Amino acid sequence: MSEAFALSPQFNPADTLDVRPLAKAGRGDRGVIVKVTGASGAAESVAAEELERRLLEMGFVEGAAIEVLHEGLFGRDPIAVRVDDTRVALRRREAGAVTVKFDGL
Amino acid sequence: MALDTSLSQDPGAAVSDAAAEPALVALVGNPNSGKTALFNALTGSRQKVANYAGVTVERKEGVLTTPSGRQMRVLDLPGTYSLRARSPDEVVTRDAVIGKLEGELAPQVLICVADATNLRLVLRLALELKQVGRPFVLALNMYDIAQRQGLRIDLERLSRELGAPIVTTVATRKRGLPELLEKVEGLVAARKVETENVWHEPAAGEIRAAHAEAQRIFKACVKPPERPDTVTGKIDDVLLHPVAGVLILMTLLFVMFQAVFTWATPVMDGIDGAFAAIAGWTSAHLPAGLVTSFISDGLIAGVGSVLVFLPQILILFFFILLLEDSGYMARAAFLMDKIMGGAGLHGRAFIPLLSSFACAIPGIMSTRVIDNKEDRLTTILVAPLMTCSARIPVYTLIIGAFIPKQTVWGVLSLQGLVMFGLYAGGIVSALLVSFVIRRVFWRGAVEPFMMELPTYRWPEPRNVLMNLWTRARIFMSRAGRIILPLMVLVWVLSTFPYPPEGATGPAIDYSFAGRIGNFIAPVMAPIGFNWQMTVALIPGFAAREVAVAALGTVYAVGGDGDAAATTLGSLLSHQWSLASALSFLAWYVFAPQCAATLGVVKRETNGWTWPTVMFVYMTSLAYLASFVTYHVAVAMGAG
Repeated sequence: MSEAFALSPQFNPADTLDVRPLAKAGRGDRGVIVKVTGASGAAESVAAEELERRLLEMGFVEGAAIEVLHEGLFGRDPIAVRVDDTRVALRRREAGAVTVKFDGL
Repeated sequence: MALDTSLSQDPGAAVSDAAAEPALVALVGNPNSGKTALFNALTGSRQKVANYAGVTVERKEGVLTTPSGRQMRVLDLPGTYSLRARSPDEVVTRDAVIGKLEGELAPQVLICVADATNLRLVLRLALELKQVGRPFVLALNMYDIAQRQGLRIDLERLSRELGAPIVTTVATRKRGLPELLEKVEGLVAARKVETENVWHEPAAGEIRAAHAEAQRIFKACVKPPERPDTVTGKIDDVLLHPVAGVLILMTLLFVMFQAVFTWATPVMDGIDGAFAAIAGWTSAHLPAGLVTSFISDGLIAGVGSVLVFLPQILILFFFILLLEDSGYMARAAFLMDKIMGGAGLHGRAFIPLLSSFACAIPGIMSTRVIDNKEDRLTTILVAPLMTCSARIPVYTLIIGAFIPKQTVWGVLSLQGLVMFGLYAGGIVSALLVSFVIRRVFWRGAVEPFMMELPTYRWPEPRNVLMNLWTRARIFMSRAGRIILPLMVLVWVLSTFPYPPEGATGPAIDYSFAGRIGNFIAPVMAPIGFNWQMTVALIPGFAAREVAVAALGTVYAVGGDGDAAATTLGSLLSHQWSLASALSFLAWYVFAPQCAATLGVVKRETNGWTWPTVMFVYMTSLAYLASFVTYHVAVAMGAG
């Protein structure tokens, strides 16, 4: 995350890394998953390890291509994403456990 | 098209085996892989549906005869993404696959069913099956769609990588089935010694490694489609649109309800009439007496009261199956998740609650789609608050008798508004109750919502009809087994003992039902119920709409049908105060006035705890609501 804000005199937008949790993504955002943990930052009924495994089993794995396809009406939640070729719906709270390097800026 | 890994096939073994016990084959696969369609195509109508021993997971088994004449038993295991089981359904799949399911034989061969257009996730499942060491065949289903998309799959290489034969199938057109069975027979006949089961529940790191392996195999064997599916994306742009999507869902639900209530009415009237006629014929032609009364009022009326809801349930299930098979149901759960989630319900609770508008019994039975135990129990507990169709006769009677035929604001009928209010009351209270349950009893336990949005497909009529038939059979056998004995019990309670010689009141006053009613009448007096109302509640326990007939009995209104209902209505409007009538309506919104529902809850939760909780909370709510309604109405001068 720090790179994105390290505005040095040699700042070049092409080098900028837009790395954010999937929870903070909007419709049309694409990128590559860089990190999957079980810590969504919210109180979950399942242990972090379990959440991590569930995300992995649905295809949320480091290196997978991801694109936000749709958002719900209320609070833009849940979201529908494409993970490689699979379409998956999930809530933003769980999407907090997936970190994505988004394309461009 | 079929490929084989080098397996020694001994024709002699196959012959001697054919005479032996039929081999057991189990279907495993991701949800939406067409597994059930393949099961239907393989076994046709030769299916049995029951429960697995000790758990409320549906067990579907079928029998088939292979082209070579061998009998096989096929088990359709619940769909899963991994053997790491999370729901009771998935536990069954895991235990069956590793051969440790209590009361079940270990399957000799597994058929891993895969959607050929969506291989990535199933490859990881196939790798897990490889670890288990039980011989399996990979069925690449929906292969026609893969071909249409120009998807190239190197079957030989894939078969080698997985160490399993591969067959391409199109279950809905019965393509590839003989080849599939041939491979399965080959594996059975080969008696391939199972390699040691090295499967264990994978940790996160191992899932990552399996993914990497699956990814490697995928890249090596599958060339991306030349004409990828773009239709699903386009449809989703409309159906998942934040505003339009919700409006379309609401329209769809509205059409569904219209269909459930309007299409079913003539059939229901027909069934009702037929059973009344049969009961009438029996009473007329059999010698009057106890046995005749038992047959016509107990048994025939009992069977009729189960059957009468079948048309509605079939129409409802028909829509649900269409929505499921087309891939829309997952979208509906997506659209409803926030609203349901606000009340502490899971997005998937949407389907069971929807079914409960016809009848809470199929609704509660369909809560099995919810993985998490607390989520499932919450849904079960609030399902009976949805206004089921058995309440309609009661509502119609009371509204017709007490609510004037007025027009409000020029267009709306007051009677219709009251009816709408009763429905809305049920929905709002269900959301409130689940909110309270999740805040007070199971705090903070929010289950992750993660769901694949499958590719849209045209539902296959044959498949829909077969599944509808299965649903209908399950409903008839389960509901029948619970409702029928209850009807008989209620008949006994309202028939015995007989009134004494020279009694003047209606016979039911002297029966057990009458006595129970009179006994609890003082308790019901504060909510404005007279003893007749209380007595009518007892038979109403068998099924809500029976209360109408019971009121007819206590007020000694003879006859049947519309004329009797009108007579009863005008009688009630003289006998009851408006406050009492409103209180009765409020009671019916909340009261657990249906023993069959409690029976189904007992069955689904394996014990009396939850039916008891349901009975207590619903009765308390009903009493409270009636109390408030009655006293507010009296205060406003309607006493």
